[in-house]
Amino acid sequence: MQYILIGVFVVSAIVGYFIINNVPTLLHTPLMSGMNALSGITVIGALAVTAAEMHKAGYSKLSIVIGAVAIVLAMINVAGGFGITARMLKMFKKKGDD
Amino acid sequence: MTGTVLSATSFYIISGALVLGVLLGLILMSKPEKARLGNALSAACTLIAIAVTMYNYQILPSKIIWASIAVGTVISLIAAAKVKMIQMPQVVALLNGFGGLASALVAIVSVFQAEDKFSSYTAAVALVIGFVTFTGSLVAAGKLHKLLPQKPVVIPAHTVIVVLLIIATVVCVIFNAPIWVTAILAAAFGIIFAIRVGGADMPITISLLNSLSGVAGGIAGIAVGNVLLVAIGGIVGASGLLLTRVMCKAMNRKLTGILLGSKLGTAKKEEPTAKAEAEEEEPKAAEETEAVEEAEEETAEEEAQEDEKEAPAEELSVGQILTQAKNVIIIPGYGMALAQAQSQVKELSDKLEAQGKEVRFAIHPVAGRMPGHMNVLLCEVDIPYDKLYEMDNINGDFADCDLVIIVGASDVVNPAANTAEGTPIYGMPVLNAADAKRIIVCNFDEKPGYAGVPNPLYTNPKTVMKLGDAKETVAELIAAF
Repeated sequence: MQYILIGVFVVSAIVGYFIINNVPTLLHTPLMSGMNALSGITVIGALAVTAAEMHKAGYSKLSIVIGAVAIVLAMINVAGGFGITARMLKMFKKKGDD
Repeated sequence: MTGTVLSATSFYIISGALVLGVLLGLILMSKPEKARLGNALSAACTLIAIAVTMYNYQILPSKIIWASIAVGTVISLIAAAKVKMIQMPQVVALLNGFGGLASALVAIVSVFQAEDKFSSYTAAVALVIGFVTFTGSLVAAGKLHKLLPQKPVVIPAHTVIVVLLIIATVVCVIFNAPIWVTAILAAAFGIIFAIRVGGADMPITISLLNSLSGVAGGIAGIAVGNVLLVAIGGIVGASGLLLTRVMCKAMNRKLTGILLGSKLGTAKKEEPTAKAEAEEEEPKAAEETEAVEEAEEETAEEEAQEDEKEAPAEELSVGQILTQAKNVIIIPGYGMALAQAQSQVKELSDKLEAQGKEVRFAIHPVAGRMPGHMNVLLCEVDIPYDKLYEMDNINGDFADCDLVIIVGASDVVNPAANTAEGTPIYGMPVLNAADAKRIIVCNFDEKPGYAGVPNPLYTNPKTVMKLGDAKETVAELIAAF
């Protein structure tokens, strides 16, 4: 199982690399902030570990607090990242657009 | 996994679909007109991933979870609406840092929960990368926001300390040291490596940190056994790495040089062998952008050079030059952004176009503080993106161009990069402004760039120098014809 995950990591990195290679430098800043938002996907890890802790019989409050902080931070990343990217992309106009 | 509603198979299928959605979103990002849709698609996939996870772990009723999500979302949406485009690099750096810390915290909890060796090792690795990303990003953001010195800060035995920290951290991970020890070492490493990075190397550094934030998430995903997190982490890691490469190439700089602090000084002397290896190999010259900005930033110096400025190009006045030119290329540098002269530049371009001239913008890849930054700054003032040209697509056109207007750029147009062997910028790809028939330079002063290489463009007989605040000098150009 664990080795499958490592494989998934490598394969998605390679596929991602080739796709992203087609993004023009024009859009590199929005690309980066979009990637930033995506890295906030770690929120699902935060949700999973926090949930696992909550469901345990003798749960640790510390773990839940740490998990909750992780959720806050990751959500800042997700919402802020996608929000800023959307704002930036809105500014990219072609001649005669408006 | 205990306590999950979905079977492993259904979770894999859903994860696979979401990853495809994200990848499709990225494919759409390769076209400016479709990029917004791509971003929305990625956002939707992330949202679904969050909802599925909450359902899967049966935490939909949890108030703590909802409160955490709400706090993070509200904070960031307010910030996202307010941030200025020129601040984008530090915002991206800061968000990177949050992402890194979030992954590190996930790793800490999973270290507590780990049931087997593999999970606890991978969690420790995620913790290290997460903390390095966190502190490194905070330092980078601090420098970009001018809360910290922008010049490289070097402490005694810097490289030795960096190496020792790396070794100590690895040892801690291998021998399962208490996680707080590992965390502190990793955090210290992040600070020590980022503090030495100079302002001009920031585009490379934040690209790298961007990559690391993805890697941290991906490895945390391996630790907690979440395939979706692993896949997305891998994609983000790859993207950051790609941008890091693009930046290194454009700056003629090696990544290792930046991380291990190869100084401009060392490379400055001689690089006799370097030339054969063409652009990407030489460890040098990153600071060139710095040059521009330093030049622009240091308000104090302005007076010094005022007198020498008129190097009249064959008696023609600026107004005549502007009037006669049919084909104009504008080269904006970070100095333009520092002077906040984007609107004036847009006005100038509009006025030139109104007279039937062709106006294009040539953008050097390292113009600005992060990859693609200059494009965003110009689009912000409504300059259509189809007039913005990447270096490789416009460099051949300078020879046919009647007039180049340089605004706040120095090293990225320095022809010495092509000819002056042994200088720090030698071999760096530059915009061939020198090929144009006439050149107007609107720079703050005519000091050589950070790299210390005088720019022969300034003394070229076809060049007219307009020194001072770009906002005013560009306004003078507008008034001159």
